[in-house]
Amino acid sequence: MSLQEEELAEELRQPPRAPSRLRMVGGRFFGSTQGRIGFAVLAAMFLLAFVGPLFSPWTYTDKDFTAFLQPPSAEHWFGTLQTGADVYAVTLRGMQKSLIVGLLAALLSTALAATVGAFAGYFAGWTDRTLSWITELLLVLPAFLILAIMSPLFGDGQWVLFVVMLALFLWMVTSKIVRGMTISLKQREYIQAARFMGVPPVKIIFRHVIPNLSSLLIVDATLNVSAAILTETSLSYFGFGIQPPDVSFGTLIADGAKTAVYAPWTFWFVAALLVVTVLAVNLIGDALRDAFDPSAARKVRR
Amino acid sequence: MTAGEPVLEVRDLHVTFGDVRAVRGVSYAVRPGEVLGIVGESGSGKSVTSAAVMGLLPPSATVTGSVRLRGQELIGAPEKRLTALRGKTISMVFQDPLSALTPVYRVGDQIAEAVRIHQKVTKEQAMVRAVELLDLVGIPNPGQRALGFPHEFSGGMRQRAVIAMAIANDPDVIICDEPTTALDVTIQAQVLEVLKTAQRETGAAIVMITHDLGVVAGFADRVLVMYAGRPVEVGAVDDIYYRMRMPYTVGLLGSIPRVDRGGRQPLVPIEGAPPSPAALPPGCPFEPRCPMAVEECSVAEPALLEVGPGHEAACIRWADVGVRPPGRHAAQAAAAVRGGRGAQEVVLRVDGLVKQYPLMKGSLFKRRVGTVHAVAGISFDIRQGETLGLVGESGCGKTTTLMEILELVKPQDGRIVVLGQDTARLAAGDRMAIRRDMQVVFQDPLASLDPRMTVHDILAEPLRTHRRGDTGSRVRELLRLVGLDESHAARYPQDFSGGQRQRIGIARALALEPKLVVLDEPVSALDVSIQAGVINLLDALKSRLGLSYLFVAHDLAVVRYIADRVAVMYLGRIAEIGQVDTVYDGPMHPYTQALLSAIPLPDPERERTRRRILLDGDLPSPADPPSGCRFRTRCPKFRTLAANERSRCVESEPEVRALAQDHGVACHYAEKLEVVQNHEESHP
Amino acid sequence: MAGFLARRLLNYLVLVAVASSLAYMLAAGALDPRSNYADRTPKPPPAVVDAQLTALNLNDKTPLIQRYATWAAGVLHGDFGRTVTGTSVNEDLARRAGVTFRLVLLGLICGSLVGVLVGAYAAVKQYGLFDRLSTGMSFLVLAIPVVVLATMLILVGTWLNENVFGAKVFLVSGEYSDGLDTGFWGGVLDRLQHLILPTVSLSLGLIATFSRYQRNMMLDVLGADFIRTAVAKGLSRRRALTRHALRTALIPVVTYFAFTFGTLLTGATFTEKIFGWHGLGEQLINSIFTNDVNTVAAIAFLAAIAVLAASLAADMLHAALDPRVRTA
Repeated sequence: MSLQEEELAEELRQPPRAPSRLRMVGGRFFGSTQGRIGFAVLAAMFLLAFVGPLFSPWTYTDKDFTAFLQPPSAEHWFGTLQTGADVYAVTLRGMQKSLIVGLLAALLSTALAATVGAFAGYFAGWTDRTLSWITELLLVLPAFLILAIMSPLFGDGQWVLFVVMLALFLWMVTSKIVRGMTISLKQREYIQAARFMGVPPVKIIFRHVIPNLSSLLIVDATLNVSAAILTETSLSYFGFGIQPPDVSFGTLIADGAKTAVYAPWTFWFVAALLVVTVLAVNLIGDALRDAFDPSAARKVRR
Repeated sequence: MTAGEPVLEVRDLHVTFGDVRAVRGVSYAVRPGEVLGIVGESGSGKSVTSAAVMGLLPPSATVTGSVRLRGQELIGAPEKRLTALRGKTISMVFQDPLSALTPVYRVGDQIAEAVRIHQKVTKEQAMVRAVELLDLVGIPNPGQRALGFPHEFSGGMRQRAVIAMAIANDPDVIICDEPTTALDVTIQAQVLEVLKTAQRETGAAIVMITHDLGVVAGFADRVLVMYAGRPVEVGAVDDIYYRMRMPYTVGLLGSIPRVDRGGRQPLVPIEGAPPSPAALPPGCPFEPRCPMAVEECSVAEPALLEVGPGHEAACIRWADVGVRPPGRHAAQAAAAVRGGRGAQEVVLRVDGLVKQYPLMKGSLFKRRVGTVHAVAGISFDIRQGETLGLVGESGCGKTTTLMEILELVKPQDGRIVVLGQDTARLAAGDRMAIRRDMQVVFQDPLASLDPRMTVHDILAEPLRTHRRGDTGSRVRELLRLVGLDESHAARYPQDFSGGQRQRIGIARALALEPKLVVLDEPVSALDVSIQAGVINLLDALKSRLGLSYLFVAHDLAVVRYIADRVAVMYLGRIAEIGQVDTVYDGPMHPYTQALLSAIPLPDPERERTRRRILLDGDLPSPADPPSGCRFRTRCPKFRTLAANERSRCVESEPEVRALAQDHGVACHYAEKLEVVQNHEESHP
Repeated sequence: MAGFLARRLLNYLVLVAVASSLAYMLAAGALDPRSNYADRTPKPPPAVVDAQLTALNLNDKTPLIQRYATWAAGVLHGDFGRTVTGTSVNEDLARRAGVTFRLVLLGLICGSLVGVLVGAYAAVKQYGLFDRLSTGMSFLVLAIPVVVLATMLILVGTWLNENVFGAKVFLVSGEYSDGLDTGFWGGVLDRLQHLILPTVSLSLGLIATFSRYQRNMMLDVLGADFIRTAVAKGLSRRRALTRHALRTALIPVVTYFAFTFGTLLTGATFTEKIFGWHGLGEQLINSIFTNDVNTVAAIAFLAAIAVLAASLAADMLHAALDPRVRTA
């Protein structure tokens, strides 16, 4: 057998059981009611946000000058705003933005947390002191204030910058946890074995440390999605987040709150969709945690 | 044996968790003052049995059968009645003393609480009683220690406190669940002594649950051997150890390394692993591993049969079970040469190694309060093809030594020379080359394998790191080498049993064909029956591949099996070093003598007759070692010395000096003392 | 211990200095006080504007570093400068701090007490009806942002006032009604009416958080060996739970309590703003709208101090409650 053939044979031999862990976690996740409901609801929300607008005759920029602040009707499913905009179309548009902002910010902040935490924990010494100090500093800075001051920069479709800034203030706590876990993981024998084998430190971090924290990180990323959506809402509510002409949950709720007393449809539809979305994300996060760490659930059952 | 009515009678006890039948019909009875040993490997259901007797199982467990305490039925009894009995008539000592005490209350208060629950006494009276109890279990300065919190106690001291709590109300039965497993061997000897005292004081019956056949040999009157949730052999202690009638018992006894057995005889492991309680084989649960199995064995599970007076065994072939272990699985013994040390190349030399680190106090307000002298100047060398066993109790500095060697950096003081290269003068390239030639095997086989990698990736990692091509065939070769199947390469570590995982760890260490392998307690996390197989494998690989081992262990018996030479460490220093047989047969340092005498032998007769040297107290803090000889505060020899002789021990620290060919001792008054007779000599 | 504490305090000092300096730089760089004068009628002449801005140390024609130096010198003397309207930042914030403190303390005490009770009970009756109900409620509450919650409370409050009570029972704006003359008890009642909804808005989230946290801590402890020991020595399950489990599980929760207190200083921002309470949080938002650089920096400074003081207090409390930390 030539070398190549052998490698081929090797590859053929490998796959069948490889994703066993993924399947196991998936099985447990979908085995729980929480997980199933959360997943179904979130999927429905995504579908609604991205496919829903196709079914409406109105787009979010359209204004119906024959209907200002009208209650829901066959024409305008969620009613209209003071400007004559269709609440259904505008809400879904805001939902799209909020979902994207939440997802991106969560991914970014978790990646940041994982890298900073793992490096600080693994290298100790000056690396650790510097990184930990930065972490501490960002914890001490009032995030809301900084974001609010910077809000003028987020206009003109610069919402990506907003996502980056949002992520910058979400990662610190996770990073501290990751650092702590890395320190204890570093004592684990398989890390030591790799070290004494001569594997370079950065490789150890990305090959052994971070993959072994993946359960924590995935759960954290999930919960960060809801944290990001909530923060975005609060900021946008006061006009410090997503800037017009973009709309998001926050800007819509802020507008809706003003007219809620006499035109409830401008507020309650958005609020309900927001709450349902965040609730679904949180349910998924919780179910994932249990799925990754069945021992916790079992231990607890005693 | 004690006569009288049984105080505790368990009949046909079954425990199931959902579909898993953890305990499947356990019956036993203990009389006042009697000690019953329940022996089994992990997963045999022995601990679940005791928790069921105490009524401490979670509600998810279904318990059937009968447990009678002084004639009162406990199964199904109302919680209120059980609460009144627990701690008063029946009490329990748990395995892990570290977590058995509530961390936020003082030890004295917790014992006093146990007194006040069942006796109408004032707070002060209860506290006085608590101090009395602490004194009884041998805690020095009990009045003051009673005010301490659990974390201020050492493991042995905590276990004493738990025992004090268990005997606080003069119980009729004390259940001890692996009471000494988490402790060092000299501390284990102390705690067993305390248990004996406790039994004398209270006259209680003791149910002693353990995996260690040595622990019960000298302590129990009767022994019950459990396997897969069922008793497989019950009898008087001598019946079990000398006239066993169940192949499992035979195998268990055959696989225990014994400190009193010299010469290099291979151990006899039991093949395979215990069955999972969720998937039991149809017939005798031991049949798949039994060397004597016949077809009939897989038909039905044998009941316990009377094989002698008061002796029962669950084996249909009990009559054929000889008293000598059946040797089908005996590995081909490597004809090891144990002569004098040849002029072989030195692969590892450690010279005056020192390692200190700052002692931090407080988990929150960290501050340095001193220096821990973890290793305080030790020297040894290992030659090509040789195994050095580095033994000592926890805190003696053996693991620190090993880590210092593996780090391959300049030590704080002294020299480490690996494969002819001084670690103080290593360039990056040299270090990488040594990393290839020196490999490590760790204690916990699960923790040492990355759970997210397949076995193939784990074994390929060293090959890839050092750019060896052709990983595929090498991985298969390695798996074959350690006795695993090639198809195992695609699986994950958690799919394997403990012994198999350790084999994977060994295979990884051998991937780069090293010259020196450093082993950190490689078998201490394994069950006895599995352990023997790994020891045999290590031994066979060594002679086949010409390896040198640095074998770090706390278990002196294991070291006797595998090592050529042994170094005994105490508090960062080497107490005694030399040829294995020389040291074991004629130890000259009082610490080695105490250590060897503390190891329980799986041999009731010898356990009853042998003299045990008990050490006082705990290991002193390595941050504040005694002046002069570090062992003098606990040394039995020191106590017998005259005042003028003592001053030498107090003032000057003894260095290791050669007292015979390849036998060095660090004691001013070293003297030979035989503490373990050689097994072969007394039982020809 | 003293040395350690000193080092830690020094580190905190540096952190506070860096954090508030950063906040000042950002605010001074991004906010534009000059624009405040643009909408005035009649439009003041540029020279006057410049003079006013310079007097307030807000003139963007002065180099940033020079403005910072002036500001920092003031801060070192305990003077945070003047607001855009020319009043003292110190006096304004001191008054507002009291308002915030009252609201936060009440909300936190309500929230943590109820949360701990709910969480502990839920843990003991794990998988029971109460556990499931409280878990579900916590999830729901945690999914509602404070701004939405506050708005919803106002809507529900006004609806109840109109349709159920027929009178103004819940007052939704401000701390107290101006110009009310109903004697002492009337004043108290009026303040209470104002207090209910903001407190509820603040506590609901805290109840949810604390109950989840306490439940998890309690479940961790319930599985511990020492609870088994306590039962084995003859304690009834209930006494083992209250004496051994609850006591141990409370330690991290109390620590968390102290920590939350520090972050709530600015965390009550939304509640204050929406209910019209003139606290620090409200001022934080107002100051950004009014381009009030000095106030922004001062609030950042206070927030940093609050967070660090709270984390120090949390550690001290932890040490006081847990003998392992105290003496280990």
